[in-house]
Amino acid sequence: MRSYSRFLAAALVTLSATGCMFFAQPPKDLDYSRTRTSEHGVYRATIRPQGDSIPKGKLQTWTLHLETPAATTVDSAVVAVDGGMPQHGHGLPTRPRVTRALGHGDHLVEGMKFNMGGWWVVKFRVSSAAGNDSLVFNLKL
Amino acid sequence: MSPLLRRLRASTWFAITVSVVCSLLVTTIVGAACAQVRVAAGTRWSADERELLRSLSLSSLEPLAADPSNRHGDDTAAARLGQALFFDARLSGNGKVSCATCHAPDKDFQDGKPLADGMGTTARRTMPVAGTAHSPWQFWDGRADSQWAQALGPLESAVEHGGTRGQYAHVIAAHYRAEYEAVFGELPSLAGVPLAAGPVADTAAHKAWMAMPAVRRDDISRVYANIGKAIAAYERRIEFAPSRFDRYVDAELAGRTHDSTSTLGNDEVAGLKLFIGKASCANCHNGALLTDNHFHNTGVPTSSVVTAPDSGRAVGARQVVNGEFNCTSRYSDAKPDDCQELRFAVTEGHELLRAYKTPSLRNVALRAPYMHAGQVASLRDVIAHYDNAAAATVGSSELKPLHLDAEERRQIEAFLRTLSAPLAAPAGYLRAPRAR
Repeated sequence: MRSYSRFLAAALVTLSATGCMFFAQPPKDLDYSRTRTSEHGVYRATIRPQGDSIPKGKLQTWTLHLETPAATTVDSAVVAVDGGMPQHGHGLPTRPRVTRALGHGDHLVEGMKFNMGGWWVVKFRVSSAAGNDSLVFNLKL
Repeated sequence: MSPLLRRLRASTWFAITVSVVCSLLVTTIVGAACAQVRVAAGTRWSADERELLRSLSLSSLEPLAADPSNRHGDDTAAARLGQALFFDARLSGNGKVSCATCHAPDKDFQDGKPLADGMGTTARRTMPVAGTAHSPWQFWDGRADSQWAQALGPLESAVEHGGTRGQYAHVIAAHYRAEYEAVFGELPSLAGVPLAAGPVADTAAHKAWMAMPAVRRDDISRVYANIGKAIAAYERRIEFAPSRFDRYVDAELAGRTHDSTSTLGNDEVAGLKLFIGKASCANCHNGALLTDNHFHNTGVPTSSVVTAPDSGRAVGARQVVNGEFNCTSRYSDAKPDDCQELRFAVTEGHELLRAYKTPSLRNVALRAPYMHAGQVASLRDVIAHYDNAAAATVGSSELKPLHLDAEERRQIEAFLRTLSAPLAAPAGYLRAPRAR
């Protein structure tokens, strides 16, 4: 056990001494699904970007579908959009907003943009009669 | 020696031996891994790397979209007028400064100086022109959202062209009336418009401007906006051409044998691998123009020459939102829905402080010095700056140390030198038009 600890320590020292640092990869266990349950279980939401792949450097319009866990659609919600790149420590390059409710739980999200490749998070803070809660989606560009 | 002491000594020697052996083993393993990073000759790119390379090739550049704020942008007659105006020093306060004074076509449309010299010395490095029509933001701080709005800034800056829009309207009337009216329609009457009148720093010219009726001011401002639109029609035709890097990528992805125009040397390939990998350059220098068209604080030191504070995008964002000639202005041809970049722009926040636009790296080796005020003299010094990742003097730098060694720095520089190529433009556009 002690030998294993020393091996690990030696490996770390050697790694830092050689200066060989690999290109940052996102954590392996990230959930990239486009349907998520909010942090406290108040909402279940689905993001629908314009296409299957999310392009870099282009403004996009998304649809955010909101419903309760009981599958009741949520139309009268106030939604704030935020996000960024956790490994880079910066936010979104734009200030996207939910500009209107489309009915049937769908909300139009305009101004989405991602200016570089890598791991992004997009966070929606939702307030409605059902309660206040947040949803975090992971994206890999 | 007691048995207990002997066991303890044996245990200690065993631990030291294991530690040394393990260190050697790890050094060998990691050394081999690093050697993989330095692979050059006969490199085989991974699927992810190939995709990234494809995105960086000029072949991936999408055709230039129309500028909805400038309906004359793709009009050849407007471009010809714009070219004439671009090289005309009559559009200045002293008759000696044209756009081409700083944006010299034989220098990649820049001047090679740390700070631009017009009628005075500016606080910023001249930016090149090629490819900027693809960007939603102009200037180092993005304070203009179109090429035509950009062109109008220097014309009334006291230290650049140093003239006024009243003066420039008279230049159009005297020397370009036919060409102007062929594109933009009838020139308004300039009777009673002073030769020096505009919303500028010069108090006499400003007073003369404010003394004019609002409707006349609007007429003159529209002529002024059209001058910018003609210049933009010219500038948007100046594009980058494929470099040796692009030919290398295109041949590599197509599985073609490289010829002399598409071959990269071992150091250049190793530099490319670092560029898209360990050195993380391609995070921001992405896409076919090698820029994310966004703004970053990278801890660039303050200029030793410029004394005025420079907050970068923190000020530029406010300026463009309130810009007299922005996409939503009365002088723009765009519908409000066309101005999405402006509508969703980030206008406040700590990240904007001393954040500057990511420049394209195409032809970067041809245009030292570097950074927004020419603070860094050479490519080698630029790479050292990004490697060291010094803390920002104001705001927060996004950089982290890269831990490159001297060879790796040299290889990245070698790669950057493969991005050079002569510019592409219609015949006759890369020089002054024939004298009028």
